[in-house]
Amino acid sequence: MTELARKRPEFRNINALTDLPSYRLPAAGWVSILHRVSGALMFVLMPFIIWMFDNSITSEFSYAKFTAIFTVGCGFLPGWMMKLVALALVWAYLHHFIAGLRHLYMDAHHAVSKEFGKSSAMVTLSLSIALTLVLGAKLFGLY
Amino acid sequence: MSSVNYGSKRIVTGAGYGFRDWLAQRVTALLMALFTLIVLAQVIFTSGPIGYEQWAGIFAAQWMKVLTFCVIVAMLMHVWVGIRDIWMDYIKPVGVRLGLHIASIVWLVGCAGWAIQVLWRL
Repeated sequence: MTELARKRPEFRNINALTDLPSYRLPAAGWVSILHRVSGALMFVLMPFIIWMFDNSITSEFSYAKFTAIFTVGCGFLPGWMMKLVALALVWAYLHHFIAGLRHLYMDAHHAVSKEFGKSSAMVTLSLSIALTLVLGAKLFGLY
Repeated sequence: MSSVNYGSKRIVTGAGYGFRDWLAQRVTALLMALFTLIVLAQVIFTSGPIGYEQWAGIFAAQWMKVLTFCVIVAMLMHVWVGIRDIWMDYIKPVGVRLGLHIASIVWLVGCAGWAIQVLWRL
């Protein structure tokens, strides 16, 4: 073993907080980390999701309670903030879903090219945002 | 890798059971995707704002309730694998991670139970 080989540089990620913002993630990298983030977001907000499901299904009266949180608000949180939370959940679900389909495609086709990685990542990002806007418009009565 | 895997040398952390969970995530994902398409199609193709009748009507049929139940169970597995992977990637101390595993499972099982109750108004 030469001296050079024995004294290899060590990277312990101690400066992670200063280093991370300067990394440039490729599109596929964004899709990947957002896949994880969207999943975690849905995990954390799951009780809220089930609360919405509960009230929307149970009765006319509870349905009115459910729609009311998006106008009147919930406790100290205003209605528009609840709408934003719902929109974030819509995006989270759509991104996670489409990125998941991309994963399944890559699993089924054992060899995908680097170009496919980039193009499919772009499609994932744009499609999820576009559908978020469409569903958001639907949910908030724009059409 | 150590060739000794018993007694005090046995590795008990990590995802050595990788293939089963990997496959479970994919299979549950497909089921949930199918479910999503069924519900989404009904939602998108109604004109005007969706009222209670139409929304509750989607989940009224028994077959839909059974399908939704299967999806809830599938979600339990799918989310568990995903969340366990997150803890595994970022939390190194085993004791802390065990606590988070337990909390996550309780969280998920509680949510699943509530959702099933809603579905059948038990």
